Amino acid sequence: MINLKTHFPTPDGIVRAVDRIDLSIREKETFGLIGETGCGKTVLGLTIMRLLPPSAAVEGKIIYKGKNLLEVSEPEMRGVRGEEIAMILQNPTTSLNPVLRVGEQIAEAIRLHQGLNKRDAKEKAIEMLGSVRISSPSRRTSEYPHEFSGGMKQRVMIAMGLACDPSLIIADEPTKGLDVTIKAQIIELITKVTEEKAMLLITHDLGVAMELCDRIALMYAGELVEYATAREIFDDPLHPYTRGFLGSLPNRGLVPIHGMSPSLIDLPRGCRFHPRCKHATEACRRKHPDMVEVEAGHFVRCFDA
Amino acid sequence: MKQHNSHFIDFVARVRESRSVIIGAAVVVLLSLLATFAPQLSPNSPAKACLDDRLISPFAESKYPLGTDHLGRCVLSRLLYGARISLAVGIIVVGISATAGTILGVVSGYYGGVLDALIMRLVDATLAFPSIFLAVAIAGLLGQGLVSVMIALVAVDWTRYARVGRGSVLSLKEKEFVESARSLGESDHYIMARHILPNIIAPIIVVATLGMAYVILSAAALSFLGFGPQPPTPEWGAMLNAGRVYMRTEPHLTILPGLAIMVMVLAFNLLGDGLRDVLDPRRVVIE
Amino acid sequence: MLDYILKRVFQLVPALLLVSVVSFSIIYFAPGDPAEVLCTGPDGNVHPKSVEEFRIKMGLDKPLHIQYLIWLNNVLHGDFGYSYRSEKPVFDHIKRAFKATFKLSVVSLIVSLVISIPLGIVSAIKQNSTMDVSCMVGASLGVSMPNFWLGLLLMLLFGVYLNWLPVAGYGTGGDLEHIILPAITLGTGSAAVTARLMRSSMLEALGQDYIQTARAKGVSERVVIGKHALKNALIPVVTMVGLNFGYLLDGSVVVETIFGWPGLGRLIVDSINMRDYMMIQGCMVFVAILFVAVNLIVDISYRYIDPRICYETA
Repeated sequence: MINLKTHFPTPDGIVRAVDRIDLSIREKETFGLIGETGCGKTVLGLTIMRLLPPSAAVEGKIIYKGKNLLEVSEPEMRGVRGEEIAMILQNPTTSLNPVLRVGEQIAEAIRLHQGLNKRDAKEKAIEMLGSVRISSPSRRTSEYPHEFSGGMKQRVMIAMGLACDPSLIIADEPTKGLDVTIKAQIIELITKVTEEKAMLLITHDLGVAMELCDRIALMYAGELVEYATAREIFDDPLHPYTRGFLGSLPNRGLVPIHGMSPSLIDLPRGCRFHPRCKHATEACRRKHPDMVEVEAGHFVRCFDA
Repeated sequence: MKQHNSHFIDFVARVRESRSVIIGAAVVVLLSLLATFAPQLSPNSPAKACLDDRLISPFAESKYPLGTDHLGRCVLSRLLYGARISLAVGIIVVGISATAGTILGVVSGYYGGVLDALIMRLVDATLAFPSIFLAVAIAGLLGQGLVSVMIALVAVDWTRYARVGRGSVLSLKEKEFVESARSLGESDHYIMARHILPNIIAPIIVVATLGMAYVILSAAALSFLGFGPQPPTPEWGAMLNAGRVYMRTEPHLTILPGLAIMVMVLAFNLLGDGLRDVLDPRRVVIE
Repeated sequence: MLDYILKRVFQLVPALLLVSVVSFSIIYFAPGDPAEVLCTGPDGNVHPKSVEEFRIKMGLDKPLHIQYLIWLNNVLHGDFGYSYRSEKPVFDHIKRAFKATFKLSVVSLIVSLVISIPLGIVSAIKQNSTMDVSCMVGASLGVSMPNFWLGLLLMLLFGVYLNWLPVAGYGTGGDLEHIILPAITLGTGSAAVTARLMRSSMLEALGQDYIQTARAKGVSERVVIGKHALKNALIPVVTMVGLNFGYLLDGSVVVETIFGWPGLGRLIVDSINMRDYMMIQGCMVFVAILFVAVNLIVDISYRYIDPRICYETA
């Protein structure tokens, strides 16, 4: 992803939801994208899938297997969605179609991309449901989403994402709103099913990201502020925002970051984090820091690092 | 007070944005003015027949801008006076049914129990009839005349206000300010008048505006079927019915009254739909 | 399921009883002694001998509530009395008229849905386009247009000027050429209401998360709209069919009168004009039962369409 920008013109001004983001995801890697609510994480995912409303202005390049996804035709893009790159949307409760049977929702993509007939696709859908550990999958395929619990709906979403064996999965907040035991089960499931795949995990839950990801990027107000391996982020966080985020984890003392993230329309001058940063200097107020590589593979956007 | 003011400004701002409120209100005002000044605006008497001037086409003679009917009466004058009748029927019917219906609904929702069950069964029974069937039967059996039409329409129209009133009260009853008023020992009448009525006025206004459209249209339909006022009265539906005999040769006698009905009904529908969006029930001010 | 239906039917009993009371007492709106009224012909002449005979035969000498119970008992046995005019059983007239009204309603409903559903969908997909705006302006006009006026205009255009279709009548048995104009007249109003509803529920469905899910699967836009969105958006529209039916029954009073269609609407108007009281009572009861039954059927079928609603708990 090179210099990716997604802006939404609105009556109140331009919303800079994704602003000059560069990152790359390697094959079979799990990459975590972390940030607070409203920082643009989900928009980034939708930008990759090209699922944003036509009003969105997208610039930059998204290179996937040598192709710029922002330039391929819509029919070609449809072939990519679901088959090459699958997205597991947040909120399984609203993301499953309430009036279609669960099996049909899984089988649909299979029929479409793998050209299987109805019966074979249904078999495959049952198999997929089994693989996300839903008991008696053959009976459950003919049930409707409202007959499933929250955790099970999330499993169905995962099964749907995996149905066509994509090489990249974008999972948006897969553990949101689940209680601790279910969350642990889903994490375990994701670890297992994505061993052989690349994944972009979008979450605000650093704990989850630590457990699942090889590398992690932190996003703040539409831009990346730090990215490195999970280990390094955890052991040697450089950006004050990353430190703040880590400090707010339960086992690190639950210290909240003060203040609110800025509106994406009216961004502060200088470093976007400076109004909330304890170490902010005059330079932070005036100049916008660039991303610098402080160690091999460890990038940070802070004058202080 | 300041709070009130800002809500009002907010309201005005939303009204300005709503095209349908502006158009609807403008046409309603225009029609009301035409109706009010019908005596001044009419070139001729609406009821005076002039058998020498029968069935004149529109624009043919300057004395009769929109022509004359089969008895030589001026169509324009009759249309202007007809606006009076339609508006009056609408206002009277909606006034009575909205007042009675709202009170019944509020009482029903507030007290619950047997009274509620009784009123609601009456609503169910009224709604079990397709409304025009009931209105036709009542108006027809009461005998020709505007009063019969109005009684018939009140009989079918009150239910909508009762239902809106009852629904709003049921949701308001749970709100803290009603609870606290009750715990302060305020009487039921006082609570209903002071706390509940002001809060359901907005939805009732919306329903009543749409009700105007419905009542005007239904009154015209009843008159068209012959259950309306006696012949010389310039009621639009009755004019249409009388004119259809001459449809082949003088289509204006059919087209013009129908157009008039449609414009008036459309204006109230636009206003009602627009007001519903502007006064979005979720944004109803709770004092 | 059967439990649910029985429960619903049972719930309707009080309302239906009230319906019968209203229908029964409606003749007391008319001035005069009901026995006299019931024996008064269109000429306004009362036949004194028959009045007494009739009073005793119909039990009109008994107290009011007994009269009502006798009448109700008869109605429950399918005996709606005799038409004054034809001296045939009221129920025979109603049956014949119902057939005509049913035919007209079904064709009108089809006309209405064929017009409104595609227009509503297109308006929603191309929101705020010229197409959308003109559809919605058309819908506003359609709702506000008096159906008797529309009927006469259509008659004028197709029957008089173009001379394509018969102006009125039933043909030998409700022929196609006779049904077209009344069905369009009757269908337009409900089409306008349905098109608006279709548009708004389609817009709502298209804004839902599951639409993104479907797109993320790589499903084509046609399937997204035609399958994922439409199936959800149709639910409120189907519920509306019941209301629509009421709308059609309402409209049938005027439309049948204009086009000389021998259905229930015309039957009741004629009966009122002829002061044929037993027929009026019979029509009222029948129409109310019909309307209530249709709503019940729609309510039950709604539960089949929307899997989220589970009838045991309702």
